[in-house]
Amino acid sequence: MTLLQLHEPGETPLPHEGEQELAVGIDLGTTNSVVAISSSGKPEVLRDADGSGLVPSVVAYTSDGPVVGAAAQARIVDAPETVVSSVKRLMGRGSADVKALAGTLPYALDAAEGGMVRLKVGNRRLTPVEVSAEILRAVKAQAEQHLGRDVTRAVVTVPAYFDDAARLATKDAAKLAGLEVLRLVNEPTAAALAYGLDKEAEGIYAVYDLGGGTFDISILRLEKGVFQVLATGGDAALGGDDFDHAIAEHWLADRKSELGSEPITPGEAKQTLKSARAAKEALTAREAGDFPVMLRGKTTLHRLTRAKLDELIRPWIEKTVGICRQVASDARLDLSEINGVVLVGGSTRVPQVRQAVETLFGKPPLSDIDPDEVVALGAALQAEALTQGSDTLLLDVLPLSLGLETMGGLVEKVIDRNTPIPVAKAQEFTTYQDGQAAMLIHVVQGERETVAECRSLARFVLAGIPPMVAGAARVRVTFQVDADGLLTVSAEEKTSGVQQRVEVKPSYGLSEDEMARMLEESLEHGRADMQRRLLIENQVEGRRVLLALETALKTDSGLLDAGEGERIEEARRKLAQAIEGDDRDRIKAAVEALEDTARPFAERRMDRAIRAGLAGHSIDEFKGDPGGCLAPDPEEKT
Amino acid sequence: MRLRGVLPRLTAPNACWSCGAPVPTAEPFCPTCKSVQPPGQADHFSRLGFARTYDLDPKLIERRYFELQRKLHPDRFATRTPKERQLSQAQATSLNEAYETLMDPLRRAVYLLRLSGIEVGGDGKTVADPALLMEAMEMREALAEARSSSEVDQVVARARSEADAVRSTLSTHFSAGDLKSARTDTLRLTYLDKLIEDARARRLNVA
Repeated sequence: MTLLQLHEPGETPLPHEGEQELAVGIDLGTTNSVVAISSSGKPEVLRDADGSGLVPSVVAYTSDGPVVGAAAQARIVDAPETVVSSVKRLMGRGSADVKALAGTLPYALDAAEGGMVRLKVGNRRLTPVEVSAEILRAVKAQAEQHLGRDVTRAVVTVPAYFDDAARLATKDAAKLAGLEVLRLVNEPTAAALAYGLDKEAEGIYAVYDLGGGTFDISILRLEKGVFQVLATGGDAALGGDDFDHAIAEHWLADRKSELGSEPITPGEAKQTLKSARAAKEALTAREAGDFPVMLRGKTTLHRLTRAKLDELIRPWIEKTVGICRQVASDARLDLSEINGVVLVGGSTRVPQVRQAVETLFGKPPLSDIDPDEVVALGAALQAEALTQGSDTLLLDVLPLSLGLETMGGLVEKVIDRNTPIPVAKAQEFTTYQDGQAAMLIHVVQGERETVAECRSLARFVLAGIPPMVAGAARVRVTFQVDADGLLTVSAEEKTSGVQQRVEVKPSYGLSEDEMARMLEESLEHGRADMQRRLLIENQVEGRRVLLALETALKTDSGLLDAGEGERIEEARRKLAQAIEGDDRDRIKAAVEALEDTARPFAERRMDRAIRAGLAGHSIDEFKGDPGGCLAPDPEEKT
Repeated sequence: MRLRGVLPRLTAPNACWSCGAPVPTAEPFCPTCKSVQPPGQADHFSRLGFARTYDLDPKLIERRYFELQRKLHPDRFATRTPKERQLSQAQATSLNEAYETLMDPLRRAVYLLRLSGIEVGGDGKTVADPALLMEAMEMREALAEARSSSEVDQVVARARSEADAVRSTLSTHFSAGDLKSARTDTLRLTYLDKLIEDARARRLNVA
């Protein structure tokens, strides 16, 4: 520890204070995930060793366990059946919901059971929550590697248009990954936060967020630190993935004759989609190109021009434009009253998307922050605000109306969409039969009039209603939505006081048992995590020593004896090497060796610092307290 | 000495859940220990610091709402105890409800009448007053016949100017304490707002 004493208090290379308060911002995306951290209002993306901040949201289930990111992506070619991507599109979805997507997803689904959809990956059956948790674990590890300490708290972003089931699924995934979610923040709000739009003159802004699998449009009013969402809308299953599919289908049509009636394999589908995506990205800068498609072991080149691409993706872009108009109307605004528009999401790089947004709003959109990173940066700012305190205020709204099923499969709305949250509303219902002892309460979310066209969130039975004539019972159902947009429902029969309270979970969520089992499994990961954390701590300690030495040498290399510099350099090199490896004991030993070698040098520096401290003072000043303020702290020596 | 047990109850019926000191009604924080309090039964006007009046400046409502949300929103309590988080959520919920009610002139009028024991009734679909009924039917027809967005806009413009006129007579009735006339105007505003709302949906369809 000798070398550490060379630093003035407060000048140690890594800050200690506020360790408990640390929280990161995570953008859990369809295509990529990003983690960022903010300190003193300056957010920063945490990158890997190669400088990339994007962790592909891809998980490969290998015989050695799950692999996430670029390494998982690389396995698409060799073992496509083990690779899962775009799982965000399945969050909070039931088997019935995804039938509509069947055939468009590059992996097999297990549609056998009701409730939450399951993915068939090799011989495993996985929920989207487990796959997302795997991505979050990887992102968490990246942050820990970077920060050199444990990360247990996060702000996680979700599309503004995510319904209750999808929000809950996201929160459950974070829990499985060992992260406490401080807040689910809507992606468009996070983007507005990252742009610091509130610091401009007050105004109304639209955030157009087209990601890999989701589309969101939010209109916000901004005023001195207040982000007030006026209206939000979107499509939880519309994004750049659809562009890829359109291109892939276009190419497959070219080779239809040789394919015959036999369906293409998941592996072929994944590769074709990969090529389609590459084509889409290439045409951002170019007007045309030729792209390979491998089917039945034969590769052919297919031409794609910008004009053809525009034609293929136009239907989706028009859909987003329609949604933008609807949301402006919901906010009681004319498009011309909107002061600016911000682009978010990788798919807004497509020139036609930019053009469409500019035409619609009549002004060039803001896009100076990387659209792939802007959401994570905003999430990091909010994480800092929640843990360190701040004046920023995010006022969100409920994205989709909440209601109950009434007679004849109709929906009675209890809370309208775009109501500011948190919110609580109650509605009274009655029995329709004499002596009816129980009432089924079916909670749905959506804008349509019939239950069949809305999302089912939960069903529960209020039992024990005393016998009464039809219409005499008074059942009061209360909906409560918290600041994360999550719903709790309670019901009470007023005349008898029979009460029930449910966290909305079932329809497509995980049961308590499933969550418990998954948490138990994640403890096994936990042991590996612990080993890794200890390693990281040693690495950080090693780097700290190196940095301290470097600083000391820079100013005081003149104090070195003959040959001492070489000996220190040798020990320094050994430590640097050890840090690169993953052997904790070796790092510890190297730290000790370096400290021993450099001790005489450190002591000489200390002596000199003491003399410098005395310089200019009369020795009389220290009389009566001989050395009392100068003696090294015995605690520090050990 | 006799008053000792009585006085606190007169001035402050609520005791702070955390320190037991008295907390005045509608006060979000305990004056003694600064803990956040339950929202209580305060009406929407007093929650935002207004007297019970129809004439409110929307800018001022907003300013008070933002000020209070800054202190009470759950984001300010992210790292606090579950009890405080739950109270802050209840406070923020009550604030949102007060804000939504007071910002909208129609909801404000309905609420003000309810505080005086008058239920407005009517849902914008049925109209009991014959004169109102004629006017409503005429406008409904005009809207149903509108074939282009500009025709819809014309109906909306007429409904809007009438709604503006109603809001200003409403203000007169409320300040004169003429609640009977205020109720009639409120009913009229209910159906005008409903018409404007339907026109908005229709405009998206014809556009």
